[in-house]
Amino acid sequence: MTTNGNGLRWVGKRPVRPDGVDKVTGRAQFGADFTLPGMIVGKVLRSPHAHANIRSIKTEKAQALPGVKAVITAADFPELPSEIEQAGEVVLNFRDMSRNVMARQKALYDGHAVAAVAATSIEIAERALDLIEVDYEVLPHVIDVVEAMEADAPLLHDDLYTMGVEPTPDKPSNVAKRVEFSIGDLNAGFEMAEVVVEREFTTKPVHQGYIEPHAAVASASEDGLCHIWCTTQGQFMVRYYVSRLLGLEVSKLRVTPSEIGGGFGGKTVVYLEPVALALSMKCHRPVKMVMSREEVFRASGPTSGAHVWVKMGATKDGRITAGEAVLKYQAGAVPGAPIGPGCMCAFAPYDLDNVKVVGFDVVTNRPKVAAYRAPGAPISEFGVESVVDELAKKLGMDAIAFREKNAAREGTHAAYGPTFGEIGYTETLRVAKEHPHYQAPLGPNQGRGVASGFWFNIGGASTAALNVNEDGTTTLISGCPDIGGSRASLSMMAAEVLGIDVEQVRPTIADTGSIGYSFLTGGSRVTFATGMAVIEAANDVVRQLRERAAKIWEIDVEAVVWENGEAKPSGSNAGDFEPLSLSSIAATAGKTGGPITGHVSLNAQGAGPAFGTHICDVEVDRETGRVTVLRYTAIQDAGKAIHPSYVEGQIQGGAVQGIGWALNEEYIYDEDGRLENPGFLDYRIPVASDVPMIDAVIVEVPNPKHPYGVRGVGEVPICPPMSAVANAVANATGLRMADLPISPPKLLAAITNGG
Amino acid sequence: MVKTHVNMTVNGEAVEFLCETKATLLDVLRDELDLTGSKEGCSSGDCGACSVILDDRLVCACLVLGAEADGGNVETIEGMADADQLHPLQQKFLEEAALQCGICTPGFLVAAKALLERNSNPTETEVRYWLAGNLCRCTGYDKIVRAVMDTAEEMKGVSK
Repeated sequence: MTTNGNGLRWVGKRPVRPDGVDKVTGRAQFGADFTLPGMIVGKVLRSPHAHANIRSIKTEKAQALPGVKAVITAADFPELPSEIEQAGEVVLNFRDMSRNVMARQKALYDGHAVAAVAATSIEIAERALDLIEVDYEVLPHVIDVVEAMEADAPLLHDDLYTMGVEPTPDKPSNVAKRVEFSIGDLNAGFEMAEVVVEREFTTKPVHQGYIEPHAAVASASEDGLCHIWCTTQGQFMVRYYVSRLLGLEVSKLRVTPSEIGGGFGGKTVVYLEPVALALSMKCHRPVKMVMSREEVFRASGPTSGAHVWVKMGATKDGRITAGEAVLKYQAGAVPGAPIGPGCMCAFAPYDLDNVKVVGFDVVTNRPKVAAYRAPGAPISEFGVESVVDELAKKLGMDAIAFREKNAAREGTHAAYGPTFGEIGYTETLRVAKEHPHYQAPLGPNQGRGVASGFWFNIGGASTAALNVNEDGTTTLISGCPDIGGSRASLSMMAAEVLGIDVEQVRPTIADTGSIGYSFLTGGSRVTFATGMAVIEAANDVVRQLRERAAKIWEIDVEAVVWENGEAKPSGSNAGDFEPLSLSSIAATAGKTGGPITGHVSLNAQGAGPAFGTHICDVEVDRETGRVTVLRYTAIQDAGKAIHPSYVEGQIQGGAVQGIGWALNEEYIYDEDGRLENPGFLDYRIPVASDVPMIDAVIVEVPNPKHPYGVRGVGEVPICPPMSAVANAVANATGLRMADLPISPPKLLAAITNGG
Repeated sequence: MVKTHVNMTVNGEAVEFLCETKATLLDVLRDELDLTGSKEGCSSGDCGACSVILDDRLVCACLVLGAEADGGNVETIEGMADADQLHPLQQKFLEEAALQCGICTPGFLVAAKALLERNSNPTETEVRYWLAGNLCRCTGYDKIVRAVMDTAEEMKGVSK
């Protein structure tokens, strides 16, 4: 097979996605669309307090209401020990997860689940919630990350001692962990610097904002076998987490993923799934639970708000000599802010000798954060890319030329550990510099900003099965939910290897009982890692097809080649037999050895780091402080774009999420610690009229570790926009906006005070 | 609770059912009539995922009561294709990859159809403002706006 970029039949083309018709006709089944006979509904009672001891919960009256079939509290979940486990991009502690799913002893944020009921109708379930009596002792709360780190801050957990500090503190605090990455000699680096910029930044928690709320149906039978149907980024993740939270054997729980209506990291954890199952285990009726939008905002994970301090120095000729950062990330109610990746990515785009990054994971009385697209990286990179821009300005250098001079290249030793192989950062800078956008004229009150971004991407465990059907069509089965078109990219890679029409490959996303373990859809891993499993499974099928042809022709298998979907005799046998197509070999498979199937499980290594560079033009209304994005170009190294339309889509969508983060989106709390804007009206994600076309430009520097050169593409595009926008605003106004979002009142105040 | 006897036409078919007083048109479509193509993203009229046409008006089905729609004519995503012929908007969304996860897609298609029925030659700005009531978190709107404009262009060519 040709895999060198030449002569590819499907890779790089733009066929219609295989699940497309279902999704434009309303036929596709998402989480809330699933029903079962005899199904009842579950609802959650949530804390109205940001921080409170739960003295008692009385459920008798609710239980007695006709139509109520089950009531549960934390007492219905096993009490788990505190144990830390690493899983992909995140760190797990099942005790903390259990406490987040259902409050135990303490309510830790407005919206924290404290009890749940299952009833024969929503109305009865809601009335039952009103009948549950919770005796709260309201405690002082803390929302802000800097305040939470102070010695006299209200303490969320009296058994939380800061990890990563020697010696371990003898007093508990809200600081769960301190991490540090450093290389070189920071002092020497700053001594060499002729220009130094130092600045503090803040970012607000922002929600992933998937349009589909969390939804699950759970059914537990009398013999202990359980089944969950839910919207999730990982059916195997749900199976494992729920099994741990409820003390089940993994084999007794089967999880079927629905179509997923957006996740962006926010559906890499469980909320309703264990609650619905616990309710079903009590009443043995299927229980359906769907979050309202308000519940999604109040009780599912946004990403961290943060305080970021960055200091960088450079010589007059434009070489960065040192970079230092201190990152304080909110974890929400229990530990687990994405501080590790935040620290790793902060300075990764640059080839620096002297770096120190210190990060803190801090608990606050907010919902526990969940992964959000390149978790942690956009926050630290916002600070660094803003300072890089200021440094370039002080040096009188062009923003792209300054980055080019300091850019990470093949062989650069990154501060967080690895030495980069083939990477495409400088390619994105070159393309940005040459793009017509970069030279286009600007009008009054307009400014142009540039920023780059980095995400390391991950691989991990994936399984794929490829079955050859009786007529020569194929069925491709994998275990990663398709969140943005991965069925298309996986089918295309299988068709490429088999040399058949892509429509002859029919992809299926299987439940946990029907395919081998696969890590979740996240970390920009599916087209890369599951793609590798698909390619290997297809290669295995090709090997078997050649064996069958050899058997039919009674020649040696080494004398059979597979070309363009056909077995052909080669070498000394060339031309001796008519080629055999896949369909003719499939038709006789029963006589030549039985069904032909490929099945591969692997742990994909060698995910290619990805870089992007964005150019943003804004216009600032000096009377209102409103920022309008006029033009936006996003350039990204995709390694190899299997289906370029869906790669462009990732880039465009990530850029617009980042524009929302930069300009509009924030969680607003009142003085009692209650979320004031839990809805799409007041938590305003960008709408179509807020943004221009996003010119997505794909650069291809192949990842040598993937057969077609794929790098993950989903996460990098959310890293540059916040600084690209802020840098553009700085160029339009002369004002450095260091606090996100750059909302009209904030910018107007800055213009009035300093503009 | 007293239920209301409701008759309406949905995608050209007469339907009849007993409606809870507080049930929205969206509840009715999804739970009573099993038409789950209309999605609930917010139940407050902010996301447009439940966009349907009621008596030639584009509405959020979550903001209309089921009983209010008595005697009405409702068009949903399930009625957009004509037998096995996709509507040109549906076809264009597929060809141009104007969807990623697909949860907002039914609402966008219904809203875009309503736009093109009123304005067969919309500018980019008109498309963006018309669709400002439909939230998409995946695409950044670029490919959706292009698909709507390209469909308008194509349909103009056909009708000439």
